[in-house]
Amino acid sequence: MFDTSSLAKVIFGRLTLESLPLHEPIVVGTFVVVALGGIALLGAVTYFRLWGYLWREWFTTVDHKRIGIMYMILGIVMLLRGFADAIMMRLQQAIAFGGSEGYLNAHHYDQIFTAHGVIMIFFVAMPLVTGLMNYVVPLQIGARDVSFPFLNNFSFWMTVGGAVLVMISLFVGEFARTGWLAYPPLSNIGYSPDVGVDYYIWGLQVAGVGTTLSGINLICTIVKLRAPGMTMMRMPVFTWTSLCTNVLIVASFPVLTAVLALLSLDRYVGTNFFTNDFGGSPMMYVNLIWIWGHPEVYILVLPAFGIFSEVTSTFSGKRLFGYTSMVYATVVITILSYLVWLHHFFTMGSGASVNSFFGITTMIISIPTGAKMFNWLFTMYRGRIRFELPMMWTVAFMFTFVIGGMTGVLLAVPPADFVLHNSLFLVAHFHNVIIGGVVFGAFAGIAYWFPKAFGFRLDPFWGKLSFWFWVTGFYFAFMPLYVLGLMGVTRRLRVFDDPSLQIWFVIAGIGAFLIFLGIVSFLVQIAVSVLKREALKDVTGDPWNARTLEWATSSPPPAYNFAFTPVVHDNDAWWDMKRRGYRRPLTGFKPIHMPSNTGTGVILAALATAMGFGLIWYMWWLAAVSFIGLLAVAIGHTFNYHRDYHIPADEVVRVEDARTHLLAAGAKS
Amino acid sequence: MKTDTHALQPASGEHAEHHAHGSRQSYLIGFGLSVILTAIPFWLVMTGVLDKQVTGLAITVLAAVQIVVHMVYFLHMNTRSESGWTMMALIFTIIMVVIGLTGTLWVMHHLNVNMMPGHDMSTMP
Repeated sequence: MFDTSSLAKVIFGRLTLESLPLHEPIVVGTFVVVALGGIALLGAVTYFRLWGYLWREWFTTVDHKRIGIMYMILGIVMLLRGFADAIMMRLQQAIAFGGSEGYLNAHHYDQIFTAHGVIMIFFVAMPLVTGLMNYVVPLQIGARDVSFPFLNNFSFWMTVGGAVLVMISLFVGEFARTGWLAYPPLSNIGYSPDVGVDYYIWGLQVAGVGTTLSGINLICTIVKLRAPGMTMMRMPVFTWTSLCTNVLIVASFPVLTAVLALLSLDRYVGTNFFTNDFGGSPMMYVNLIWIWGHPEVYILVLPAFGIFSEVTSTFSGKRLFGYTSMVYATVVITILSYLVWLHHFFTMGSGASVNSFFGITTMIISIPTGAKMFNWLFTMYRGRIRFELPMMWTVAFMFTFVIGGMTGVLLAVPPADFVLHNSLFLVAHFHNVIIGGVVFGAFAGIAYWFPKAFGFRLDPFWGKLSFWFWVTGFYFAFMPLYVLGLMGVTRRLRVFDDPSLQIWFVIAGIGAFLIFLGIVSFLVQIAVSVLKREALKDVTGDPWNARTLEWATSSPPPAYNFAFTPVVHDNDAWWDMKRRGYRRPLTGFKPIHMPSNTGTGVILAALATAMGFGLIWYMWWLAAVSFIGLLAVAIGHTFNYHRDYHIPADEVVRVEDARTHLLAAGAKS
Repeated sequence: MKTDTHALQPASGEHAEHHAHGSRQSYLIGFGLSVILTAIPFWLVMTGVLDKQVTGLAITVLAAVQIVVHMVYFLHMNTRSESGWTMMALIFTIIMVVIGLTGTLWVMHHLNVNMMPGHDMSTMP
């Protein structure tokens, strides 16, 4: 009875040789390039004997700064993947006219637009935002590290695990063909019997664990570990927006987890939560996923608002205008972001009273956002504005985001939404706010805090080049989509009949190419800056003459962040210290209590990823083994008593003396 | 100046902070209440003394009461713990849950009324 095919089925589940997309030349070509690149990278790491270093100093680190940097690297790597998807779509839509089928078949194209959305939100925007919060928040509040350093490492690796699953889907099997939120009934087993949606589910579930835990961690850090004197209303605005973002994460990600769990039950054990028949309701899925999905938008953009607040105030040389109103606006957005979810599905037919309620709440939520905009403008008013790169991104954001905000309020009007729903107008709107808000914010944050993280600035020439390519590219790529949307073109189309539309898609394609140049310039900027790091060096630790505590320590900060915990007397704590003639303490150092590195986070995340892979391919033995392994390692870790160590006072003295010498040398030259 | 700008480093035993711990008596009270609040729903369902809808409602209410029992007796939540943060978190959670539940019920009810004209399932044979 036990022939080879059933044995193979037990071992490999539904994974067969036919699952490999060998019939898709584009995918095979990509695979060859990625494989060669990967082999080259792994070979180089082996050749230079870096594995030990990477494992000890980075993979197992519990230092929030290094974890933050790894989040940023993850975000940038995944940006390349997500952007590759974007430019493939733009090319397809630019050429698929007049009977041409373009170069992508429907099966492949549908995976691309799904992967693009999922990757850009979950594995680009989220890691970039989380990375910046992870790096900056503990420094801004004068803490040694986050509250739960091991949890932080584990969260990061779970996010990586989710990203790995999504990346595997490119070469083993296929990804979902459902759009980025995988609405049933299309995503249910009847219409998507293949592994695509399962990759989607388990990729997001694995990464979601990381996101939720990192949210808990940062809330706890901000609530419990602030420096003495830093009351809530003396926290830097970036810390405030991070707090609100993490509250949103903790409150909303469980909803995503639950709704995806219900969808998996539908798919795996045949329940009928979201089916069309047997009492299921697909609209319930839409309703639930947007209860997560709308707060998610604010999860992404609130930290960006915080970055812009820090940048505006620093580069205008002024205290932030209306700090209190900024804080209250943030808190109000946090609450209101839970009251607007239905505007994503006005057209489902829930009637006038429901639609007008959610239309009005949506319009109301633009008020605190508008208040913020005025705060930034008034901060700049009569300031000595220095148009360094972070400030340039901020101005571009203010200009761009206002346009995106206005089209958003337009879409908030239910009758208008009935016309524009699921059109390219909508696509243009949310790219307008996500690129104009989150991406510009991330770039402003990177340019602003890079010198803090590495001790040298980013090269301004390539940075400005990247800036101009990105900004002009954005307008070329998305303004035509507004036009097309108003003319009634719906999203996710693969081929077009009306040749008069083609010119707009060609312009949008040119815009995407400009953005490509922007991304390339950004990568060149980093490479050039590393090569020119001596010339771009900053020894002061405060290259921008900034205002918040992270600039009080050296760049890069020592593992322990601050030799002495600073005491805060004012909103802009570091500005206040500088103004009152602060002098670094040179003596009296004590041993510093620090958390120890551990490999458990990597191992747990690897097991979780393996479990996800097993569940996707119905390799039940793999899922079971890795689940048991997961429990065993987690329990085993509770018996790890080598959790902390002390940096001896001698070592602190040595590090601080080195900084004193550097500062003295810097002051002389 | 120096003492002004720098607090002494907190002693390494940060875990030594005292937390509110319950007494044996309070744990036993919590346990007893939980058992009773769990037993009643079982009894309701197994005997079927009330009709279906009321039973469902009663179970929901008892579950909510049990949540409160757990929070008070096992999680030691009160208005003062963690300088009010747990209370604030609780209020926020309740607001979110209420928004999510009532909103969902309202939205799905409207959808049902508007999109299911003339499909009264209860009158079908």
